[in-house]
Amino acid sequence: MMIPLLLGISLLSFVIMQLAPGDPATLGIAMNTKIDPTYLEKLRQSYGLNDPLMVQYWHWLKRICTLDFGTCFGDNRPVLMVIGERLPATFLLSGLSLFLLFVLAVPLGVAAAYYQNSWLDRLVSIFTFVGYSMPSYWLALILMLLFGVELNLLPISGMMSTEADYLPWYQKIGDLLSHLLLPLFVTTFGGLASVSLYARTSMLEVIRQDYIRTARAKGLSETQVIFKHALRNALIPIATLVGLSLPGLIGGSFIIETLFAWPGMGQLGLEAVFTHDYPLLMGIGVITAFLTLTGNLLADLAYAWLDPRIRFD
Amino acid sequence: MLWGVGIIALLVLTAVGCQWLAPLDPIQQTLADRLLAPSFHHFMGTDQYGRDVFSRLLYGSRISLAVGLVAVSIYIFIGTFVGAVAGYYGGIVDALLMRLVDILLCIPTFFLILMVIAFIGPSIMNVMIIIGLTSWTDVARLVRGEVLSLKEREFVQAAKVIGMKDVRIIMKHILPNAMGPILVVATLGIGGAILTESSLSFLGLGVQPPTPSWGNMLQEGKDHLTDAWWLVTFPGLAIFITVLGYNLLGEGLRDLLDPRLRGSGRRG
Repeated sequence: MMIPLLLGISLLSFVIMQLAPGDPATLGIAMNTKIDPTYLEKLRQSYGLNDPLMVQYWHWLKRICTLDFGTCFGDNRPVLMVIGERLPATFLLSGLSLFLLFVLAVPLGVAAAYYQNSWLDRLVSIFTFVGYSMPSYWLALILMLLFGVELNLLPISGMMSTEADYLPWYQKIGDLLSHLLLPLFVTTFGGLASVSLYARTSMLEVIRQDYIRTARAKGLSETQVIFKHALRNALIPIATLVGLSLPGLIGGSFIIETLFAWPGMGQLGLEAVFTHDYPLLMGIGVITAFLTLTGNLLADLAYAWLDPRIRFD
Repeated sequence: MLWGVGIIALLVLTAVGCQWLAPLDPIQQTLADRLLAPSFHHFMGTDQYGRDVFSRLLYGSRISLAVGLVAVSIYIFIGTFVGAVAGYYGGIVDALLMRLVDILLCIPTFFLILMVIAFIGPSIMNVMIIIGLTSWTDVARLVRGEVLSLKEREFVQAAKVIGMKDVRIIMKHILPNAMGPILVVATLGIGGAILTESSLSFLGLGVQPPTPSWGNMLQEGKDHLTDAWWLVTFPGLAIFITVLGYNLLGEGLRDLLDPRLRGSGRRG
């Protein structure tokens, strides 16, 4: 299932690239106005830009399969290397945020469903609306204004202070954490709303099933009913949400990483958009899609583990 | 829900009447008055070119309203079409269309929009069209699900038996019955589209200055984070309240149309 999807994604990104005005040959030498037209033609030939589109796609695809994404226009380094440098920062931010998202949102949503229409439920639903409607970059700006400028408590850009190299390791970690705090809060806050709402709905549906009534009728304690019978079933749809929330998280990282100068893939991607660095953009697109597919696969596995009725054959 | 209706009514009134409501010209630069703090005269302050922030905010509501409505109309149309065709005909058509949806779901929509906008150039038209062309996947899945269950119902079977054409069955019998959920998704979608437009404008890839939009006001204000707090506060607040309005209305509609989730859950 993954292979045809990847093929489709690669085709789609290839088609989008064809929308770009001009071609790499003319762009690469745009600064030089006195260029010889025959040289331009030679350059096109060597890039294979005169071949039919399907042939170009085939060549590109063959290279992608060997993880060769070409070199960036900017500094001529291999795309994979440039992305590789940025991945750890993105993994740190997005991974932690994904973890926090589910650790915080699931109990919140479940509690809201259990105590439906109580003050807690109302609080969660107000919070959900706020989270849904708040532009994340604006939240980032306000927090920067508040904690960075007014109170001067937290650093608002980068991953490390400039003097971090000279600090002992435990202060280095502290330094990293203080840089991490604001971007992490912003990325988590946006997703918290949708996940907790989802958890609430899912729990509400489970809690009125017959088997829950049966469990109560046979005299199980409330803890057992909730944690053993209800929660496990309510978690099943939530597992798929982990995979589905990845694209959103990565999509959001473009703005947030750029705002906080967090040296991750999102910041790199936005730079690539502005500098029209096609090979780099293609690389980021394919790698993002691959990460998402892996996330979905993991979610499917979790699905099967939580719900023994589902079997892959 | 009443709050939602109120907020949206206010937005529409502002967008229609901003030439009469705005105290000053939103584009007129008065460099002598630059970066003035909120006061009685400029009660949301002025920006780095001395333009009145309150007037710009009022005019910015037009962009938000237009982008929300146009983008969502486009994607509701595409999504409904794809979903109805996939759900009604099933088989290979369904499989192909749903794989296309799966592919689109794997690429962050915002990244897709960014790439396309970067290539074809930023403008308000492009932003509306691109959001419309890339965001229809959820609608397609929703409509497909609705159609799948509706097409087995007796009234659809009856329509088939009397020899109605497929197009007529879909348009007259199936889609009207699926209108509720579509309406909810559309309302919530307008909020989402406004957020996307403002993010793009914030990055300089959306509505271009000097036309005021809440996103590009934030972009210009970001450079004065330290010396002019009002430049980033008010436009953001406007986006927040507007999107909140659509979300409240959407959720209100959902509660009205889907009574399953109402009532007490504690002791089933």
